[in-house]
Amino acid sequence: MARAVTPQRKATVTVLAWVVGLVIFFPILWTVLLSFKTEADAIGTPWHVLASSWTTEAYATVQQRSDYLHHFWNSVILSLGSTVIGLIIGIPSAWAMAFVPGKRTKDVLMWMLSTKMMPATGVLVPIYLIGIKTGLLDTRTGLVIVLTLINLPIIIWMLYTYFKEIPGEILEAARMDGASLWNEIRYVLTPMAIPGIASTLLLNVILSWNEAFWTLRLTTTNAAPLTAFIASYSSPEGLFFAKLSAASTLAIAPILILGWFSQKQLVRGLTFGAVK
Amino acid sequence: MTNTARALFGACAVVALSTAAVTAETITVATVNNGDMIRMQSLMGEFNAQHPDIEVKWVTLEENELRQRVTTDIATKGGQFDVMTIGTYEVPIWGKQGWLVSLNDMPAEWDADDLLPAIKGGLTVDGELYAAPFYGESSMVMYRTDLMEKAGLSMPEAPTWDDIKAAAAAMTDKEAGIYGICLRGKAGWGENMAFLTAMANSYGAQWFDMDWNPTFDGPEWKAALTDYLDLMTNYGPPGASSNGFNENLALFQQGKCGMWIDATVAASFVTGDDSTVAEHVGFALAPDNGLGKRGNWLWAWSLAIPAGTQKEAAAKTFVEWATSKEYTALVASKEGWANVPPGTRTSLYENPEYQKVPFAAMTLQSINSADPQNPTVNPAPYTGVQFAAIPEFQAIGTAVGQQFSAALAGSMTADEALQAAQDLTAREMRKAGYN
Repeated sequence: MARAVTPQRKATVTVLAWVVGLVIFFPILWTVLLSFKTEADAIGTPWHVLASSWTTEAYATVQQRSDYLHHFWNSVILSLGSTVIGLIIGIPSAWAMAFVPGKRTKDVLMWMLSTKMMPATGVLVPIYLIGIKTGLLDTRTGLVIVLTLINLPIIIWMLYTYFKEIPGEILEAARMDGASLWNEIRYVLTPMAIPGIASTLLLNVILSWNEAFWTLRLTTTNAAPLTAFIASYSSPEGLFFAKLSAASTLAIAPILILGWFSQKQLVRGLTFGAVK
Repeated sequence: MTNTARALFGACAVVALSTAAVTAETITVATVNNGDMIRMQSLMGEFNAQHPDIEVKWVTLEENELRQRVTTDIATKGGQFDVMTIGTYEVPIWGKQGWLVSLNDMPAEWDADDLLPAIKGGLTVDGELYAAPFYGESSMVMYRTDLMEKAGLSMPEAPTWDDIKAAAAAMTDKEAGIYGICLRGKAGWGENMAFLTAMANSYGAQWFDMDWNPTFDGPEWKAALTDYLDLMTNYGPPGASSNGFNENLALFQQGKCGMWIDATVAASFVTGDDSTVAEHVGFALAPDNGLGKRGNWLWAWSLAIPAGTQKEAAAKTFVEWATSKEYTALVASKEGWANVPPGTRTSLYENPEYQKVPFAAMTLQSINSADPQNPTVNPAPYTGVQFAAIPEFQAIGTAVGQQFSAALAGSMTADEALQAAQDLTAREMRKAGYN
């Protein structure tokens, strides 16, 4: 029997959830607030920041100095491109590992995960040299390949976990009914794993959107996404807090909105299994 | 030939000609995000008017990001950049490696002899000039004239560290939220170590002896670090171990610091519109201890051309324009003399208009009193004032900076920090094969 929820308990949990939520959200909120201040007001005490007048000056300067749309489209192409290609490779791989595991499947999975443990700097020079030889430096194609490879272990691991929860008998039943391998994946597995695939997709879009090591180091101008746009406003000598905040707000706004609309799907995918 | 064919040929010829006429050579310039560089980007219309055949694309990054980015590119001969903005630390190292194009053949009207000798010396390796300085800086004391007056003191033009200690003690009024002195405490070779290395020079300390052994175990470093910690503990703001340039700038602008010893470029900020104390700022040379070296650093952001660029001629044209006397005059005509990039040319400081800028004379004196070729009281095997121009320095400098920042935060004593610095530096130098 479910435990009775008293009003006090409900209130406590609600207040606690709001407090935790606000603490996590506070840095973003503060960034947004600072972006509507002048540089002089932005460095003031917190009370001063709240009390001083509001202005869109920082946004105007950022718009004038940088080509936001160029960076925005690069971010969209890189994050969607790398995620979609990752899923195309990841779904069959995860299927194979979940439903037809071999003797070394566990080792392969661990090996894939281990590539994430290597510091990215360790492979910077080899990848840069490959980029030079293939002419893929500062191209979207080159970055999509690199981002796909970086996120592939996460994609496969997430999908593998979801697929594992789908009873193999359901797929067997489909096979008994004469479904081909493709039809089995297409009509039986995928619809059941939709929440899992959706949350994998969303998480990887967010990870690729925020990826700042490779996107800064393998681009100059043509393929530079929003991470490069933000980085151009950071400075250790000189106060650019308001402009930096405005650039950050512009860069995170699209992904924040996407997360907002898809949070139900994301939470469901992350917390529940494939089969309810 | 049919009419159609003739028309097609004609059209092709017209297209080919017009393409040739509008094809501009594109050069990519990597640069740091500071006010002077951003101003140059906004003046590109003037450059394009003079050189319609050269299109300039910018990559602006925060300086540590930029350093990693351009180092990767130049070390692998990636060819992604045609002009790079690099510091006084990189130029001697990269020049020696043969990674940069020599600028000895710049045209006579560019006037290389007009460059400030201290700055030019830092960019020259074996007689070859490897970078053109865009903006130069040293460090100096910025202090509150009103607080000094209230304390009944006056700041000498060339103070000693004892003068600084006395002034810091007299101006501190913690209850009113005024701290006698604000200094960098954030760990990093370009953060607290820039200040502390320069300060240590004036105490007769140095990073390495002539055999490349670190000297943190000597009395000079101990005296310098102890004085720094005493000053900051007794008269500095709380939480100083995380303060860098920007944090101290904010504190000074809000009237919370009696003195601030930092980059000369800060002078235009603390006397600018954003400062609440703009009317009450005085300037003095960085302090000394009577040993012949002052505690000021020397830095220049310079434009260099990586060897192997396919567009050397266009890159040189751009560098010539950006670092010329004409560019200085252009900025002055558009934005006033206080906004021209300082610290590179003798002629700028001889200009009567520029002499009216309140911090101009002190900036020049500070730059001239730094000598990157002979930075220390006793002979040292390295060049560079607030750094040692060896490739290993970035990592070692930051690791040592972390020890000193921890000492400032109170999590270790000065002796422990110096011992840790000595051990880690000796280990790294051994590993790198210096001794």
